[in-house]
Amino acid sequence: MGASAAGKAEVAAGMAAAMPLALFVLLLLGPGGWCLAEPQRDSLREELVITPLPSGDVAATFQFRTRWDSELQREGVSHYRLFPKALGQLISKYSLRELHLSFTQGFWRTRYWGPPFLQAPSGAELWVWFQDTVTNVDKSWKELSNVLSGIFCASLNFIDSTNTVTPTASFKPLGLANDTDHYFLRYAVLPREVVCTENLTPWKKLLPCSSKAGLSVLLKADRLFHTSYHSQAVHIRPVCRNARCTSISWELRQTLSVVFDAFITGQGKKDWSLFRMFSRTLTEPCPLASESRVYVDITNYNQDNETLEVNPPPTTTYQDVILGTRKTYAIYDLLDTATINNSRNLNIQLKWKRPAENGYIHYQPAQDRLQPHLLEMLIQLPANSVTKVSIQFERALLKWTEYTPDPNHGFYVSPSVLSALVPSMVAAKPVDWEESPLFNSLFPVSDGSNYFVRLYTEPLLVNLPTPDFSMPYNVICLTCTVVAVCYGSFYNLLTRTFHIEEPRTGGLAKRLANLIRRIRGVPLL
Amino acid sequence: MAVSHCFSRAASAFTAVLLFSFGCVAASHIEDQAEQFFRSGHTNNWAVLVCTSRFWFNYRHVANTLSVYRSVKRLGIPDSHIVLMLADDMACNPRNPKPATVFSHKNMELNVYGDDVEVDYRSYEVTVENFLRVLTGRIPPSTPRSKRLLSDDRSNILIYMTGHGGNGFLKFQDSEEITNIELADAFEQMWQKRRYNELLFIIDTCQGASMYERFYSPNIMALASSQVGEDSLSHQPDPAIGVHLMDRYTFYVLEFLEEINPASQTNMNDLFQVCPKSLCVSTPGHRTDLFQRDPKNVLITDFFGSVRKVEITTETINLQQDSEIMESSYKEDQMDEELMEPLKYAEQLPVAQIIHQ
Repeated sequence: MGASAAGKAEVAAGMAAAMPLALFVLLLLGPGGWCLAEPQRDSLREELVITPLPSGDVAATFQFRTRWDSELQREGVSHYRLFPKALGQLISKYSLRELHLSFTQGFWRTRYWGPPFLQAPSGAELWVWFQDTVTNVDKSWKELSNVLSGIFCASLNFIDSTNTVTPTASFKPLGLANDTDHYFLRYAVLPREVVCTENLTPWKKLLPCSSKAGLSVLLKADRLFHTSYHSQAVHIRPVCRNARCTSISWELRQTLSVVFDAFITGQGKKDWSLFRMFSRTLTEPCPLASESRVYVDITNYNQDNETLEVNPPPTTTYQDVILGTRKTYAIYDLLDTATINNSRNLNIQLKWKRPAENGYIHYQPAQDRLQPHLLEMLIQLPANSVTKVSIQFERALLKWTEYTPDPNHGFYVSPSVLSALVPSMVAAKPVDWEESPLFNSLFPVSDGSNYFVRLYTEPLLVNLPTPDFSMPYNVICLTCTVVAVCYGSFYNLLTRTFHIEEPRTGGLAKRLANLIRRIRGVPLL
Repeated sequence: MAVSHCFSRAASAFTAVLLFSFGCVAASHIEDQAEQFFRSGHTNNWAVLVCTSRFWFNYRHVANTLSVYRSVKRLGIPDSHIVLMLADDMACNPRNPKPATVFSHKNMELNVYGDDVEVDYRSYEVTVENFLRVLTGRIPPSTPRSKRLLSDDRSNILIYMTGHGGNGFLKFQDSEEITNIELADAFEQMWQKRRYNELLFIIDTCQGASMYERFYSPNIMALASSQVGEDSLSHQPDPAIGVHLMDRYTFYVLEFLEEINPASQTNMNDLFQVCPKSLCVSTPGHRTDLFQRDPKNVLITDFFGSVRKVEITTETINLQQDSEIMESSYKEDQMDEELMEPLKYAEQLPVAQIIHQ
């Protein structure tokens, strides 16, 4: 305790100016002092990208990335700081290599909105790469989906062999992978899954600052669900810890994309502000974050002689080739003091093309009540053309117990996935993942002449002929009526006796006597 | 001398008697305090809240269940002790003009959905089988913890059910029903397995009293919104949302519960008086013959709240520094394996590799 002795000596000097300094030194070198000698092994970066869309709508994409320099494969990890314990325990218990889970409501309209940073299919999508040490992948997959359904309050427990596939060519790992045996990959989609506040709440609780500080204060459910498109996702994967890439860090990315509709949120005007979108403004960064930034897309394209204006004026801008085109972003750094942004005017437009060619086809037909159809095709698309891919199918009859309680709603067919390499109009230089913003490092890029993108179509809602569930009731009524009429008639025929009635003769006296007898209930004369 | 000796002996005897009587009074006072401390006999609270109706026009059943959920959370039962089952999603329904909200009062005064809701069973998961499995505890082993009713023999459980019902049955999602006999048998299973200390069963459906007619297990108290042959009616529509927002019985129960705080001493007899025929049009009923305690001794917070028995101590406890433990765990974390060869990322679309697969 030599340090505390030094502190006491300073206090003993008795100078008033030295007192606060002495207290500060005491605190630093006291019992907790040795903690500061160790650098923290996890870090948080948070980012919001606001992209104005051509139709007057605006898209907002949040990303929260926690990176943890630790080997989670060994047992006995018990000290969790920023990385959430619920997910860390999943990685070690089920030997996960990668996990991607998304909940989406709505559809990203690429034709009107341009390409997305990261699209997800409508409903819930879960795809997981297991480590090659896992012996029974299907059993781990089933248990994992049950655990995730409890964490995220979703019906992921409905994932079973009837909606799980093992893609053979797509969904390569997005993180570090030295070999890719697709046996350890599982993919499932639940298109009927609803996203609502009960899914957002546990997602928010995984963030280090929850929804108390930083960019996450903007995550208010009543604004986020009043949108044309809402997609929230959790991505876990191993990444390089340093440039030499000799050890692994675990990266957790939580992404949330919403598109605010100009007409829903007021009078169709194109003026947007943080307050109008989220009914909140940013006040402070998350104290646990090493980086907390807002990017606004200010690429100036002249459409109808309108240009983009941003208020307050940004201190720095960022230019790069994003998804094939050069873009400029205004940066607002929350860790920089006195940076609070309020409103901006803007307009933008995006175009892009694709190639096509037949190279590879893999088809796995469905087996009733066991596995779904799987069709994978590798196509090279020619320039300036339209390529249509269509599949015909027949609708089979279901057993009456297999209908959902609301069969008139229809049955969903999962959306199709398009994974594409698109030639880039401008050559991109290789990206340094630690320096560049998070939205530029979602997919690893091998060469700069093209970029990778993954898109989804809408799910298909098929109307199956619905049996009339009231028929059993109708049949019972009809049968009982028929039986009653037939049996009743026979019963009457067999048990009814016939009396012969004499015509009544007699005078008034006899009639009076009969009247009295009738009143008494006695047989008549 | 002898007189003073006698006198002193009498005085000592008198003081002894006085002390003895004081001791008796003090002991009985402590006994009273102890008895009050352990009056109810339960140590933890659980709630199972079920809404069994699907489709937008049954908005009021979801609002009923969420208003009870809100009261129960407000009075202290945590989410980990509440099993909430909603058969349909009203808040994010495409027909809801105000997404992520469920209102109980017209003019959108009270949003019972809130910002911090945790729905354990939703949509197609709300079935008779899942409900009975939750009650009896016979759940598949992979069920997550939030979907289980982990009660013991010192748990007070509140069970609230709402939906469409009839004489002796309750309809689940318009495709199956649960009968009052099945429900009574499920409660008997719970009693045999010692899964509850006391149970309060509230039901808000048409002819709700028929659902508790068949109970035969001890320590069950039941309330219903209407008698056999009567319909439970809904309360008020909201023109902006376009549907009825709540049922009458639960609406007045919610107003009653809004007055309760965790320290209140209101008892069950007041809950029986909620919603007389003039307000509810139907006649609410209750059943207490299986319950051992007198309802006037049963606090509302025994079932709706989670009042913990707390003993305050003024001792100081010295906590040991665990710096040695933390230091060793940090050193362990540092010894990660460094691989010889560098790792690399996989190619997302390796065309040549796929074609030659």
